[in-house]
Amino acid sequence: MIDLGRYAGTVLAAYGVSLLLLVGLIWHSVAANARARRNLERHKTDA
Amino acid sequence: MIALLLRDLRLATRAGGGFGLGVAFFLILSALVPFGIGPDRGALAPVAPGILWVGALLSCLLSLDRIFALDHEDGSLDLLATAPMPLEGTVAVKALAHWITTGLPLILAAPVFAILLQLPTRAMPMLILSLLIGTPALSMLGAFGAAVTVGLRRGGLLLSLLVLPLYIPTLIFGAEITRRGAESLPVTTPLVFLGGVTLLVLALIPFAAAAALRVNLR
Amino acid sequence: MSLWEYANPAKFMRTTDRVLPWLVVSAAICVTGGLVWGFLTPDDYRQGSTVKIVFLHVPAALMAINIWVMMLVASLIWIIRRHHVSALAAKAAAPIGAVMTLIALITGAIWGQPMWGTWWEWDPRLTSFLILFLFYVGYIALWSAIEDPDSAADLTGVVCLVGSVFALLSRYAVLFWNQGLHQGASLSVQSGERMAATYRHPLYLSMIGFGLLFLALVVIRTRTEIRKRRLAALQAQEARA
Repeated sequence: MIDLGRYAGTVLAAYGVSLLLLVGLIWHSVAANARARRNLERHKTDA
Repeated sequence: MIALLLRDLRLATRAGGGFGLGVAFFLILSALVPFGIGPDRGALAPVAPGILWVGALLSCLLSLDRIFALDHEDGSLDLLATAPMPLEGTVAVKALAHWITTGLPLILAAPVFAILLQLPTRAMPMLILSLLIGTPALSMLGAFGAAVTVGLRRGGLLLSLLVLPLYIPTLIFGAEITRRGAESLPVTTPLVFLGGVTLLVLALIPFAAAAALRVNLR
Repeated sequence: MSLWEYANPAKFMRTTDRVLPWLVVSAAICVTGGLVWGFLTPDDYRQGSTVKIVFLHVPAALMAINIWVMMLVASLIWIIRRHHVSALAAKAAAPIGAVMTLIALITGAIWGQPMWGTWWEWDPRLTSFLILFLFYVGYIALWSAIEDPDSAADLTGVVCLVGSVFALLSRYAVLFWNQGLHQGASLSVQSGERMAATYRHPLYLSMIGFGLLFLALVVIRTRTEIRKRRLAALQAQEARA
């Protein structure tokens, strides 16, 4: 384990918040894309 | 062009036209600030230039959606768009009318509110000068925002979201001029910058606003 | 064969179908690699372990600006040549740019707290990023407010152009304003200069990773927009039939 010293909270908070935001953005992008594809395919099979 | 200007001025000053609303809002704002900050002269005087400029910005914002919304509703905007006058000219005249009905009263009323906020008397000329140079840019940028949001049902909030960031340079230089006026410092540099921003806005924004209007009238 | 062929949505979909997996994999490798490598770097003698934040902060800030520039170019292409993919790419890029700006601001604040003793300082750079964030928010709000897609693309394009001019103007106005407020008291966030190679190399990798991540995300989001648009077109067709 790396010793982060007295700034451990700072560093971990920065990484935590950033990764959370990035993961949220990626998840949102992928989910919206999957939804759009599903809707389009369902529409095609209906028609 | 002059006919359009006169028509807009008549409409704005008529009952229900919202004339003077901006000034009244400005007055309330200037009266509220001391309640928030405290009546102490030493606390009010340093923030007065900034408060006055932010107040001018917000009061100007109040009446922006009126620039095109009413004409859009009753269809006269379509007539104006097909008129022989270029749409850029229409935008400029409309912004001018907005400035005369909102900016000019604001400038005339500002010294009174400046007294309420304990702005030193020696800063008055600079306050008026900076407002005189800066507010035309506010009206023109507002006309651009109004042109972009004219077709929207709930455009008011979006309008302020779009327009307020565009006001930042004018606000910075305008407040700086007034502050330097209060401290009797040389004002040439911010004055030149403020004038530059206004001229840039007046030269470029009519085209952007007219382009936005054409899209919205399609 | 010209670049403009990619303006055809079908062609865009086919090409990105092939490119996207590679893009995703390389982005994942570079971002993870850059951040893990960065995390393993030794502490700075002045900043302690907080120096590790740089591997998030600088790439995010870099992307925040570059994404706006990309949106400006895409908007110009839409306005001049009316390629739909270009307008949709600009729309797809905006939320990514907003998140990058937010990451840069937040990591900066978290880093500033122990280093400068304050979460926020009205430093020219910080202020400019806050303004940039406001521009992103306004741009995204405008996209979601207009129903007709072509009008939305036109209007956001114009707003992007005007916004670019004013973002630049604000940048220099802010510089002036801060000097006017307190002379000489500037807190520099300069991190690229005089940086040891131990930090520089993972930083470069992280920058490349963030760039690839942006590309992958913008492609995915553009594909989403194209699919939504196609569905809407099909539905409109049926409604008429």
